[in-house]
Amino acid sequence: MKYRKPTLDRRRVVADILKQRGDALVMPGLGAPTWDCAAAGDNPLTFYSWGGMGGCAMMGLGLALAQPRRRVLVITGDGELLMGLGSLATIGVQKPRNLAVIVIDNEHYGETGMQPTHTRYGVDLTAMARAAGFRTAGTVHTPAQLKTWMPRFYRQPGPVFCSIKVTTEDAPLVLPARDGTAIKNRFREALLGFSEAHK
Amino acid sequence: MKAEKKPPAWPLEIYKVLKDAGIKQVAYVPDAGHAQLIKACHADKGIKAVCLTTEEEGVAMLSGAWLGGDRGVLLMQSSGAGNCINMLGMVAECRFPLLMILTMRGHWGEFNPWQVPMSQATVPALTAIGVAVQMVNQPGEAAETVAAAARLAFSTCRMVAVLISQRVVGSKQFK
Repeated sequence: MKYRKPTLDRRRVVADILKQRGDALVMPGLGAPTWDCAAAGDNPLTFYSWGGMGGCAMMGLGLALAQPRRRVLVITGDGELLMGLGSLATIGVQKPRNLAVIVIDNEHYGETGMQPTHTRYGVDLTAMARAAGFRTAGTVHTPAQLKTWMPRFYRQPGPVFCSIKVTTEDAPLVLPARDGTAIKNRFREALLGFSEAHK
Repeated sequence: MKAEKKPPAWPLEIYKVLKDAGIKQVAYVPDAGHAQLIKACHADKGIKAVCLTTEEEGVAMLSGAWLGGDRGVLLMQSSGAGNCINMLGMVAECRFPLLMILTMRGHWGEFNPWQVPMSQATVPALTAIGVAVQMVNQPGEAAETVAAAARLAFSTCRMVAVLISQRVVGSKQFK
């Protein structure tokens, strides 16, 4: 198949998605997806991540199982997901209806010198998610496709998977807080209330 | 274990302790030593029992569970400890509470030499990343040790591993 060069801007894509978040819980993967989510506007129900590469989708699963009435959005990178591909199978078996896994796929390791990831050479994360048992899975290349997908991220019965192809264009660094304990406590206090969070 | 032998009591004693501790999510990579406990968790509608492809998935999953207000436990055999190390660094930084129960391989009366290196590295590796390690050497100690470990993990937001000796689990018989 002929290579299709990504054209979407990651910052714009993530900002557009998060504009509609409502009371959704957002789990960005380390690196650029975390900066993208921070750039879209700080929110206590976003768990910024600075480490734990390969674990983002599984953190989303644990959160989705704990909060079945809330929508959970994992927003991660292609390199991050490739490190935890088994999690697609685990999520595919669990089939949480409230979980969407969104990959902001620039086909490169952006934080380490823009080395190509496997997705640059045709590894198809969407096909893998579908084969693993995700109820809905697709790849987005254009603004029109993104618009079609928007309600699916929030309302389609999950697990939903979407790989959004974005350029490697540099976006200005927007760095959120780094203290993991503070980010965790803020998230739990906002979701559960202060006394429940610190019982 | 021979077929005519009565199943040991300690796995279901652990199950009861986990229920008392309010555990809602059980993530596991199977081990023969955990088979009874895994079965009991799957049969319990109040527990979400999740089979993993690799142990560090469970470390991440239970961190997400805690963010959402659920307590969990991670079950594995000792060879899985090595798979978890970098993910445990995230847990340490965020002070997520994490309760793990490991059945030992490669340790007491082992037949398979390939199990030995990770077995020998289990305690040093877990300790190096900041996990409090508590040993169970006799079946009668299992329940009280898990209860104490759960209290330590969830009351102080720390990582705690309970290691169940092969003396308790029994060595795998290749015959």
